[in-house]
Amino acid sequence: MTDEHTLAGAGAGEARTPARYAYYPGCSLHGTSREFDESLRAVAAALGVSLTEIPDWSCCGASSGHTTDHMLGVALPARNLAIAEEQGFDQVLAPCAACYNRLSAARLAVDTEAGFAERVPEIIGRPFANSVEVHNAVELLRDAAPAIEEKVAAALVPNPLDGVKLAAYYGCLLVRPFEVCGYDDPERPTSMDEVIAACGAEPVDWNMKVECCGGSFSVSRTASVVRLGRSIIEDARANGAEAIVVACPLCHSNLDLRQKAMVQRGSRPMPVLFVTQLVGLALGLTPVELGMPRHFVNTEPFLADLVQRAAERVAAEQKVKEEAAAKAAARREKAGV
Amino acid sequence: MSRIGVFVCHCGENIARTVDVAAVAEAIKDHPGVAFATDYKYMCSDPGQTMVKEAIEEHKLTGVVIAACSPHMHERTFRRACDQAGLNKYMCEMANIREHCSWIHEDRADATAKAIDIARTIVEKVKHNKPLESIRIPVTKRALVIGGGIAGIQAALDIADGGHQVVLIEKEASIGGHMSQLSETFPTLDCSQCILTPRMVEAYQHPNITLHTWSEVEKVDGYIGNFEVTIRKKARSVNEDLCNGCGDCQAACPAKRIPSEFEAGLGMRTAIYVPFPQAVPNIPVLDRQNCTLYKGRRKGLAKDACGKCKEACLKGAIDYDTEDTFIKEDIGAIVVATGFQLYSIGREQPEGLKGYGEYGYGEVPDVIDGLQFERLASASGPTAGAILRPSDGKEPTTVVFVHCVGSRDPEKGMKYCSKICCMYNAKHAMLYKHKVHEGRAVAFYMDIRAAGKGYDEFSRRAIEEDQAEYIRGRVSRIYRDGGKVKVWGYDTLSQEQVVIDADMVVLATAIRPQPGVEQLAQTLSISYDENGFINEAHPKLRPVETNTAGVFVAGACQAPRDIPDSVAMASAAGAKVMSLFSADELEREPAVAVVNENTCIGCMNCANVCAYGAIEQREICTVDGQVCGHVAYVNPGVCQGCGTCQAVCLSKSVELQTFTDEQVYSEINALCFWE
Repeated sequence: MTDEHTLAGAGAGEARTPARYAYYPGCSLHGTSREFDESLRAVAAALGVSLTEIPDWSCCGASSGHTTDHMLGVALPARNLAIAEEQGFDQVLAPCAACYNRLSAARLAVDTEAGFAERVPEIIGRPFANSVEVHNAVELLRDAAPAIEEKVAAALVPNPLDGVKLAAYYGCLLVRPFEVCGYDDPERPTSMDEVIAACGAEPVDWNMKVECCGGSFSVSRTASVVRLGRSIIEDARANGAEAIVVACPLCHSNLDLRQKAMVQRGSRPMPVLFVTQLVGLALGLTPVELGMPRHFVNTEPFLADLVQRAAERVAAEQKVKEEAAAKAAARREKAGV
Repeated sequence: MSRIGVFVCHCGENIARTVDVAAVAEAIKDHPGVAFATDYKYMCSDPGQTMVKEAIEEHKLTGVVIAACSPHMHERTFRRACDQAGLNKYMCEMANIREHCSWIHEDRADATAKAIDIARTIVEKVKHNKPLESIRIPVTKRALVIGGGIAGIQAALDIADGGHQVVLIEKEASIGGHMSQLSETFPTLDCSQCILTPRMVEAYQHPNITLHTWSEVEKVDGYIGNFEVTIRKKARSVNEDLCNGCGDCQAACPAKRIPSEFEAGLGMRTAIYVPFPQAVPNIPVLDRQNCTLYKGRRKGLAKDACGKCKEACLKGAIDYDTEDTFIKEDIGAIVVATGFQLYSIGREQPEGLKGYGEYGYGEVPDVIDGLQFERLASASGPTAGAILRPSDGKEPTTVVFVHCVGSRDPEKGMKYCSKICCMYNAKHAMLYKHKVHEGRAVAFYMDIRAAGKGYDEFSRRAIEEDQAEYIRGRVSRIYRDGGKVKVWGYDTLSQEQVVIDADMVVLATAIRPQPGVEQLAQTLSISYDENGFINEAHPKLRPVETNTAGVFVAGACQAPRDIPDSVAMASAAGAKVMSLFSADELEREPAVAVVNENTCIGCMNCANVCAYGAIEQREICTVDGQVCGHVAYVNPGVCQGCGTCQAVCLSKSVELQTFTDEQVYSEINALCFWE
């Protein structure tokens, strides 16, 4: 996973320095959202992005940490950033939206709040210059969109995602608060839509892009989470989406895991994919490589449908070509006679 | 030897709270050249002024120092008093111990010591003052009014009725401004057009008013009483003298699908058009951007692509080859009344603005702004006054009105309150309920700001008689959900989330100054605030003057204003212009630069740096008329007294009469070296 390629095709063919990230998976990507980790690594390799897992990484301080104490909520992620700094990295990739948010918030606090720049190194017991940028997976893929497009165009097999309607769901922590994230519009984000378009699929315009998925109430108030999730899924469906694309482990589990309860109340299942899985499919990786079988909502029918539609498209194109050729042949024959 | 009187003012408690005024008077009494010193509670009052006058006589004073407020506030007052007592008024100066001392310090001992320093400094200056005479300049009794909305019309009519010439210019094709777009007006619900259009006609027909529509200010030279204004008359393509307003050209124009600015985009117009039937003047303009003929010419077509309007015009008034023309006018005073625009809050925003993409304006057709609702409710509007929503033309059964969109929002919008929205929202809710009796009108508000005569009664009427539902809270999202418009809000009184399935949403977006007002302000050398509103000279005492003498301001270009405020302000500006025009000459302070011709070497450095073009070269002749050299000459009418020439003069030959080097050095000495 450490081999470094150039981001082929990026920046109109000019050679870019290899993208090199310190990788902070966080607890979710090692646990409940292993498929996010698997698909991210696979896609990164395909795009020539090097990911080096931060050694001895610890909790990002989400929820329980930062709600207990502000300084604790800053010091916990700062420790991980400090290790990345020691390793000589200038950017960290934090795919989980909560990790991304906490790591970015820590950077902001150390930058702007009085005394933090002095106290945090003391607390974490190591030097910390706050010099490492924090990025999320959507940001990485958006910047790699030209490379993705080029690879999709160059592929020999038909792109199964061609024209598929997908809803980009951002949730809360990926884009808000603006002061912390700042890479996209907090109310009307478009970065994931750009990635979807780069994959050849069609991002739908819908209303629930940044609405709440219920977050960590999944366990304590399941009924609320089911209600919120259903309104998100139904709006995506009403706007023509065939699947929802997410970039947050908690959004994913709330929409994917809790669909069972929604389906019991009469909803039709809606596949929920990680944005990295989507890019993987466009790049020709197999569903197993991308961890698709790990989802609760079975993605097989959806994927089978995509393959079939792609085959039908190819057949239809072939037919048009043959008919045209036959007509031309007929014309030639007539002219010859 | 100078005999200077020093008068220390308490300004009620404004100065006396932090400065020991008696100690200041006591300390300055023994200063060399001071013949008399005293303190008093209100020096500017009648007894205070009398005290100054009596002291001048009794102590045979040669100079007066008033240690009180800023010279901007009362210098004129005290100079007049000195004048009345027979002392040249330019021998009187203010020592500012209020704005520069008491208001900004807390420690009494320190503030008192500083006040003494300030007073001493000015005493030293006055020792070097010389009796001066005011400058007299002639006045051109002709006013320019910029902007033909209700404020501009009112100001023009008032000045014209007073017997003076007025040039009224308007950048649109017709005068009338935003008021001509309104349906009915608060708090009386009288028809806007019915009260406005007669005023428009009056302005057009007034013998003292020259109206230029489709025109803008290009350049302004000169100074109070003597401006020279260049007006750009934009190419109209229609001869105003020949056109009789028959409308045949409009009927013949094939480009009929251009969104009408007057209808706020809810109706269509042709490329050659009169903005609305009651327009004044009733003479069309040709919109070259959207005209088929001009589009063709821009593409370089050899033959004109259209020409239908010219064919249709029986008067031969249409000329496709007219160009912008420039006219020059001699003007004595200017009234700026350029009005406002509504904040267009859609997703695409110019630099520096964030917009409110989450409200769907510009994307969801049934989310409209206040002016669009005015057009829907107007009898002359695209629906002839029926409230029908834009998407499908159906009558909406639930309409949500959102207050403060972009106003009072330092985070994303404007910091200020737009002032008129609470009232027009109440009016909109009423108009809707009067036309759709079974309909539901819901308003989301922050506070109801209905200060004004009959205003609170009016907004209560919307709630109590017309059953508008007022919800205190903000709206977070508006989006299209099938045929409905979903409105997500929060009721901060019951602390509950509110979701409303509306048929139409009306956003009360912030009032902003007209685009381009900054450039106009720069042309006029007047200042504007961070939001682009024109600054008044003093927020309380000089509300219709600007910081450039002879330029006045009226209406919503100064701050968000409703019709009564705009009209009152316009009349006030008109009255200011008339008082300026009441004399044949203007008196100006002699705060101008003067050249010492005996030492001037004629290098003209001063002329090069003068920002006002006040300095010219003059020939020096021998007794028998031979030119033997050149010197600089300062035109006292043009000089603004900035002192730049004084700073660059190599031979120390030019200085401001009121700030000579001697005076300024004496002040510095008094401050730095006095024990």
